[in-house]
Amino acid sequence: MKINLFIPCFVDQLFPSVGISVVRIFEKLGHTVDFKEAIFCCGQPLFNGGYWEETRGIATRVLETLAGSDPVVVPSGSCAAMVKNFYPELFRKTPQAEAAVQLSERVFEFSSFLVDQLGITDLGSRFPAKVTFHDGCHGLRELHVKLQPRQLLERVKDLTLVEMEDQTSCCGFGGTFAVKFPMISTAMGETKSASALETGAEYLVSNDSSCLMHLQGLLSRQNQKLKTIHLAEVLASS
Amino acid sequence: MLSSLAAKFKNSSTKFTADLGHRAKIRTALKSYEKARNGTQSQYQDWQAARTAASTIKWEAINHLDAYLTEFVEKLTARGTKVFWASNGQEARDYVVALAKEKGARSIIKSKSMTSEEIHLNEALRQAGYEVVESDLGEYIVQLREEAPYHLVFPAMHLTRHEISDLFQEKLHTPPTDSPEELTMIARRALRMKYLEADIGISGANFGIAETGMISITENEGNARLTTALPKVHVALMGIEKVIPKLADLALFLPMLATAGTGQQITCYNSLIGGPRQPDETDGPEEFHLILLDNQRTQLLADAEQRDALHCIRCGACLNVCPIYRNVGGHTYATTYQGPIGSVITPHLRGLMDWKHLSYASSLCGACTETCPVKIDLHHHLLHNRRNAVAQQPDPAERFAFRAFAFLTRFPGLLNRLARLSRHFMPLTNAARSFLPPPVKGWVASRDLPPIAAKSFRDYWRTR
Amino acid sequence: MNSGKREDILGRIREALRVPAPRLHAEHGAAPAPLVPVQPRAWLPSVPFDAEGQLALFQKNCVQLKTDLQLVSGVEAAMKTIVNLRNAHHWTMAAAHHHPLLDQIVPALGLETQYTEERPDSKSLEKCSVGITACDALIGQTGSILLTARSAGGRALSVLPPHHLVIARVDQLVPDLPAAFELLSARYVKNYPSFITFITGPSRTGDIERILVLGAHGPKNLTVILIQ
Repeated sequence: MKINLFIPCFVDQLFPSVGISVVRIFEKLGHTVDFKEAIFCCGQPLFNGGYWEETRGIATRVLETLAGSDPVVVPSGSCAAMVKNFYPELFRKTPQAEAAVQLSERVFEFSSFLVDQLGITDLGSRFPAKVTFHDGCHGLRELHVKLQPRQLLERVKDLTLVEMEDQTSCCGFGGTFAVKFPMISTAMGETKSASALETGAEYLVSNDSSCLMHLQGLLSRQNQKLKTIHLAEVLASS
Repeated sequence: MLSSLAAKFKNSSTKFTADLGHRAKIRTALKSYEKARNGTQSQYQDWQAARTAASTIKWEAINHLDAYLTEFVEKLTARGTKVFWASNGQEARDYVVALAKEKGARSIIKSKSMTSEEIHLNEALRQAGYEVVESDLGEYIVQLREEAPYHLVFPAMHLTRHEISDLFQEKLHTPPTDSPEELTMIARRALRMKYLEADIGISGANFGIAETGMISITENEGNARLTTALPKVHVALMGIEKVIPKLADLALFLPMLATAGTGQQITCYNSLIGGPRQPDETDGPEEFHLILLDNQRTQLLADAEQRDALHCIRCGACLNVCPIYRNVGGHTYATTYQGPIGSVITPHLRGLMDWKHLSYASSLCGACTETCPVKIDLHHHLLHNRRNAVAQQPDPAERFAFRAFAFLTRFPGLLNRLARLSRHFMPLTNAARSFLPPPVKGWVASRDLPPIAAKSFRDYWRTR
Repeated sequence: MNSGKREDILGRIREALRVPAPRLHAEHGAAPAPLVPVQPRAWLPSVPFDAEGQLALFQKNCVQLKTDLQLVSGVEAAMKTIVNLRNAHHWTMAAAHHHPLLDQIVPALGLETQYTEERPDSKSLEKCSVGITACDALIGQTGSILLTARSAGGRALSVLPPHHLVIARVDQLVPDLPAAFELLSARYVKNYPSFITFITGPSRTGDIERILVLGAHGPKNLTVILIQ
């Protein structure tokens, strides 16, 4: 089938290998992948800031560009939640209300698409390492993504998954929160990294690069050896 | 520009997040709560169905509030209760002070009531010359320390036994001890006579039952029972939103309040009071006054989008799971209602512009919404408050920056090229750390910046 | 004193409610949850409905709550037990109310007893070692005791003295909270007592470092003599 890839702005500019991994995975499964260059951002930073009017400007472009019937897959819980859950609210009582609902029904977070829509858990991957998994809050609580990444990781050859304590605690990124309240964001990140470090894992995996960006920033500053990696990158390994 | 309250919040946050000892203390306290709660909650046959039902009952009550309040008051008045409707804190305070004067009261004993904190009742009574003693152990402790409660349900959560021992030594002249049991006994002894001598007992109310005209009080210590049994006059303070339709609704709310609030199956004492003593009863107050408080609750009621915030049963669970609360502590909020529920409702009760910062101080993780026993859409309401604040008075610099960004997103190719160019300046950011604008500065203070990729995803896509 | 701003407040409420609120924030896109009749029994922890099962559950809860449960075979055994309790706890003065069951057992104490019907001063009630009451029901699900000011000697008797003793019959056991509320309605709907309470264990607090301490302000000891 034809799959539309929605690549979040920070994946595009900072972590392109996440997007590349997703492309490789879908193409290996025999699907055609499309990427709409016209879209840069889903608008979440503005939405979270309270600038809903300005967000509609960006989001309208997304609605128009992604019109159609193909599924839209997003390798990020926060951006997927923005389009799937918040676009309908953003466009309520506007002429685009129906378009927003229609798009919402076709949007999926990456791991949820693989497991729930395609029914696939085994991608023939191999990643020989001990890893632990961080559940990004938007994916977890807005989209109810919890089991799917674990079902996928279970099938990765030579990978050992160790769950950390407080696995559902927020990492502290929260978008602009990370820079508006940096002391709180850092404290939350420190607690989270400590839980991850306690597992003795070599890699900290997540389905959201924004969380990983924040945690990696802290880990690097502390000269920790623990490396962060996106779920798609693990699954694309062989 | 930050309001002064927002600036204070930031300063307090900075102080508390740096205090690793405080972080450890709160973490230990909340871990024990989490363990108890998970154990108790897992005993339910269907906790999620119970939440839905509790939410539905509250929806029914709040969305027909005039009818249920009327029924509630009718039933209470029919059996001798004096009901006073207070539009705001001042009217409620004036009523209590006038009552104390009329009764020639000298000593007043109180059981826990967040509503009384909200209207600063103790302060008003003290200024009018009346001695007011808090009987709940945690409230008694913070009253002696002359500070606000640290948590909705656990007022002294931030204190160690040693700090409490020192406090009692200083204020009560008791010998030092590090035994929680001995400290509790000290408080028990100190308060015993106060119960017996008080002229007026003031309590709160967790629920008001419309069907039978009763208030319900949930506690563990027994201090509310004593406060409402011994003095000749009992005054209860209750927010108008606390009313629920039927007595049997408590079969759901009492255990859920306990489970979410403390992890207990049900608290030690759950009492229903339907009026002053009846002619065939051998003791009890001769007068029962119930003060119904609005104090901007009707403002929140008028906001249909956020009306469900009035479903709150004040269990404190949202505070317990909130990572922000865990790191900044209760006092940082600097207002009666703390944590997620406090952040949602305080703008409605005390002004959006002054209190919007609480709605921004959140990563929107949603743990609060997930834990709320009555399914208030807490973290989404933080977003609603942010939107309302921007609509009312946007920060011009921030709006300009966001508008510029929105404009630039129409030209992804341009942004892409700018990003590639900025890579050359990255090494400078480390050196220029102290000169960077606040957003970036905030990041690099504790975190390394993520490297901008040499080739972006769209570069890859173009050339494959 | 007048009743304050009743019409103002009701007016504001009615005005506010003119705009309807969404019923239960629906999962995005989904229809709101259908109105299900409230049936707490299906959701609260499950309870056995047979008498033996209820008693076992009540016993289990008492252990966990530190309620001292004394199962006895009849009134005679109860009289012996109450004397044992008196000796073990060194009671010097008792307080009680009149009740067919209590009137058979309390005199066995052989102690000076204040009866609430005589309206004792609260200061002298405070000096009693034990407050003895009947109860309306015992609840298996939670290990709770249900009593009222009308049926258990007032408001203070069961909370002021440092030891609260309840004398009950095993047929007063009800399975769960919904059953307890049904009982309250059935018994008192025509004229509720002014005070009703559910007592679940001795008084307690966790306000100091979340460490459980018994006997905060209410009784430190709670004993139930349960007659089979």
